[in-house]
Amino acid sequence: MPAIDPPGGADGIRAASVAPDGGGAAPAAPASSPAPRPPARLAWREAEIVRVIDETPSARSLVLRVPAWPGHLPGQHVDVRLTADDGYQAQRSYSIASPPERPELVLTVERIDDGEVSPWLAGEARAGDRFELRGPIGGYFTWTAAAGGPLQLVAGGSGIVPLMSMLRHRALAAGGREVPARLLASWRGVGAMVYRGEIAALAGGASDGAGDGRGLSVVHTLTREAPPAGWAGERGRVDAEMLRRRVFAASEAPRVYVCGPTPFVEAVASALVALGHARERVWTERFGPTGGGG
Amino acid sequence: MISRGFRRKRADTGGTAVPPGQYVTTDFPVLSAGPTPRTRIADWSFALEDADGKEMFRWGWFELLALPATEVTVDIHCVTKWSKLGTRWKGVTFDDLVLAAGRPPPAPFVMAFCDGGYTTNLAVADLEAGKAMVAYEYDGHALAPEHGGPARLLVPHLYFWKSAKWVRGLRFMQADAPGFWEGLGYHGRGDPWKEERYAGD
Repeated sequence: MPAIDPPGGADGIRAASVAPDGGGAAPAAPASSPAPRPPARLAWREAEIVRVIDETPSARSLVLRVPAWPGHLPGQHVDVRLTADDGYQAQRSYSIASPPERPELVLTVERIDDGEVSPWLAGEARAGDRFELRGPIGGYFTWTAAAGGPLQLVAGGSGIVPLMSMLRHRALAAGGREVPARLLASWRGVGAMVYRGEIAALAGGASDGAGDGRGLSVVHTLTREAPPAGWAGERGRVDAEMLRRRVFAASEAPRVYVCGPTPFVEAVASALVALGHARERVWTERFGPTGGGG
Repeated sequence: MISRGFRRKRADTGGTAVPPGQYVTTDFPVLSAGPTPRTRIADWSFALEDADGKEMFRWGWFELLALPATEVTVDIHCVTKWSKLGTRWKGVTFDDLVLAAGRPPPAPFVMAFCDGGYTTNLAVADLEAGKAMVAYEYDGHALAPEHGGPARLLVPHLYFWKSAKWVRGLRFMQADAPGFWEGLGYHGRGDPWKEERYAGD
């Protein structure tokens, strides 16, 4: 499974809930218009690890300095390319965790033990190490404060990463905090929770199942481990009932972003549609399993 | 640029070449934008439309199944880096659809359109001569909805986003124009052997 990667990219298997052209053919360019200039190639750039943050026993954030980074939208991802001293190369995609407002790029990577790239990024790598990346990639699974809300985020495990870029952007962008927002995040157990403290702080100190006072409310649910004493969040998998209790109602027409492993996204997106959410208001990013990828 | 301490961990692909930047997986990952559409067979049809949007031919589900079927075993390559080798598909080739429609392709490009609103553009040259099919079986079974069922396009020599899930028809175009991902920064053609992932590659 490609680490935390929900490759915002297209895979071929990806299809859109809503296409900009409404599902029909995009209008052909008028015959008289000049040939469009070929787009510039997305260049490989050198990234230097400035700092490493251990988020959980298996997930780690890499704070990167990327000279001339062109900027990104919350929700986009990058392609990472590692090169061994014998010339062997491997590429994977990783979501960006940092908001556009910050100069340093942050990737959060979950280590897949039989993977190839993630064990280096979330294990071997340390400050001062360098690798190549290019991006930003993916223009579909994105949200900006200007797009408005209400903003509903639903995360399955490491699927939190691109949603975290959105939450961080919401906290920093002009008018961002005026957008009502909710996060429903599903974790195996407390030990797997990424960004727990920061998410609580963004929600105004509310902990695992409370409202906030800053327009953001957060609910965590634990699917495998019993919750600790005093747990205010949910228990069990996200299902239609939990969605009915915890997410903005369809009548409020939220923009819903769902990111996580394929079965999680399939279940949540289908339940949302069944609850009356418009298909074109449900953005999804699926990842894994890819058989020991990452 | 060498990344300190990084080395190959994955076994060689046993002599099977994969395109640059790809790795082999044995799973079948699912990547789609948006909820999976569920279309009833009774409501399903597949259409060829000419460049004016006029219907050239339309097949219902059982009419499609009645057309000559072709089975292929091919490698598929996703732009998100995974490749899956030796995948087995059954469907109706583009050539057989055109033959059944009784008219040659009226324009050099098509826009594939799908349930859920997805589109992708293709050159007719990338569809004909056995290069593409509308597939309704994968590995001997009906194609599952999350993999594009009831039917998807299969264009295995291009990155897999061109193999549009939940496909409902092809609209011919005189001039090439970007589909969904092509309009969001992905390459217009997507040849994995040339690593045409993104616009400009």
